[in-house]
Amino acid sequence: MNYLERKMSEFKRPDGRKVDETRKIIAKVGVVPNADGSAMFAFGKTVAIAAVYGPKNMHPQHEQNPKQGTLRCTYSMNSFSVQDRIRPGPSRRSMEISEITTWALSPVVMLKNFPNTVVDVHINILQADASTRCAGINAASMALAHAGIPMKDLVTSISIGKLDKQLVVDVNKKEEDWEEGEGATDIAMSFTGSGELTHIQLDGHISNEELKTAIELGRATCKKIYEIQKKALKEAVKIEEEEE
Amino acid sequence: MSEQERKVVIPGEIIVEGEYLPGENTEKKDNAIISTRYGLAEIIQGLVRVIPLSGVYSPRVGNIVIGTIKDITLKGWLVDINTPTIAFLNVSEFPRFVNKGSLESFLDIDDIAIFKVIGVNSKGIELTMKGRGLMKIEKGMVFEINYTRVPRVIGREGSMVSLIKQKTGCNITVGQNGLVWVSGEDIEKELKARKMIEYIAENSFISGLTDKVNELFGEKNE
Repeated sequence: MNYLERKMSEFKRPDGRKVDETRKIIAKVGVVPNADGSAMFAFGKTVAIAAVYGPKNMHPQHEQNPKQGTLRCTYSMNSFSVQDRIRPGPSRRSMEISEITTWALSPVVMLKNFPNTVVDVHINILQADASTRCAGINAASMALAHAGIPMKDLVTSISIGKLDKQLVVDVNKKEEDWEEGEGATDIAMSFTGSGELTHIQLDGHISNEELKTAIELGRATCKKIYEIQKKALKEAVKIEEEEE
Repeated sequence: MSEQERKVVIPGEIIVEGEYLPGENTEKKDNAIISTRYGLAEIIQGLVRVIPLSGVYSPRVGNIVIGTIKDITLKGWLVDINTPTIAFLNVSEFPRFVNKGSLESFLDIDDIAIFKVIGVNSKGIELTMKGRGLMKIEKGMVFEINYTRVPRVIGREGSMVSLIKQKTGCNITVGQNGLVWVSGEDIEKELKARKMIEYIAENSFISGLTDKVNELFGEKNE
């Protein structure tokens, strides 16, 4: 952590945040009434909603697994979510992120008792300002819990950036496009509530030592985000009790 | 956490530590009992369990369910009872002798009936129609509520259901899978019963629900 502490005071981020400060986080469950479970998660301007359907019979039938159920995530960005309109529908990028999300979440979901079925998770990015896959994974994990899928733990995701030589938490679009010095490195990672790593992706250059520091930083930040997710899920029940 | 008190838990959360037994939707990890589902945790005589707030219905032996015939095979009927895997009713579990060539004359595709679950394993769900109250539904209406609210609709020892029966004069069967059959003298009474059941299902967390239902019924009778 010395590396981080040394530079903390000197470094100025474009939006004035501290290096270990995330953007404003908003987490909510039950945003899609027609889904079996749903959640919304926002890192500042990045907004993701996830809707879960199932377990239901797997179609196409040849993809059925008689040993256990399947988790199927679909990530898609809305055409209006970015500055220049993006073409709706699956793209190379969105298909990759769908698969990554499935891998990040599958270690925690327990679908042993649901053979030949599928749990569909649809992630929609309403507004993109970098770290969309992390917001998507956070929303999806809350939506899965809300849908009553048996799980070992929740999954929390965060992106750690390296701007020039400085590690920062939760990169936004401006920081992602950092060009000074060594440029920007973006590391997206996901942890379970108990701190086990389920997914890590790296774009750019980083030394072994710094990567270890980055993972520790990510783990510490995910602990905080986990508490926010937990609170959102617990409050959803309280509201029901008060209203009714 | 004391006995009887319920609290909301999320997957992976430690419910209680110490000498307890893991029940439904929980797991033992080291010396702690951990929830595996989002729901309400309760401890009864050292047994910890989590009552789910959402999710799909998972059948248990002895449950009374309402289902729709989806397909007919050589040996019986395939029944949709709101579970991810389809259930099976063998011809031998039909209360009358059935000629194997004419299964559809007893229960045809899209017919609705009341069943009892007699077997659940990884290969499927087995149903029977032998028993009191198990029959094909010929009249009235069937609608769906969230299956997690079924215990509230039935009430303690059937108090809630008998209250509605008494007030509307309708015959009501609540399937454990969340399907409800209401049949009465005329459609208005059936609709009234349906409205009440849906109200209970939506407001199942309220305390003193029986009084509220009584109150609402009073207004409607005027």
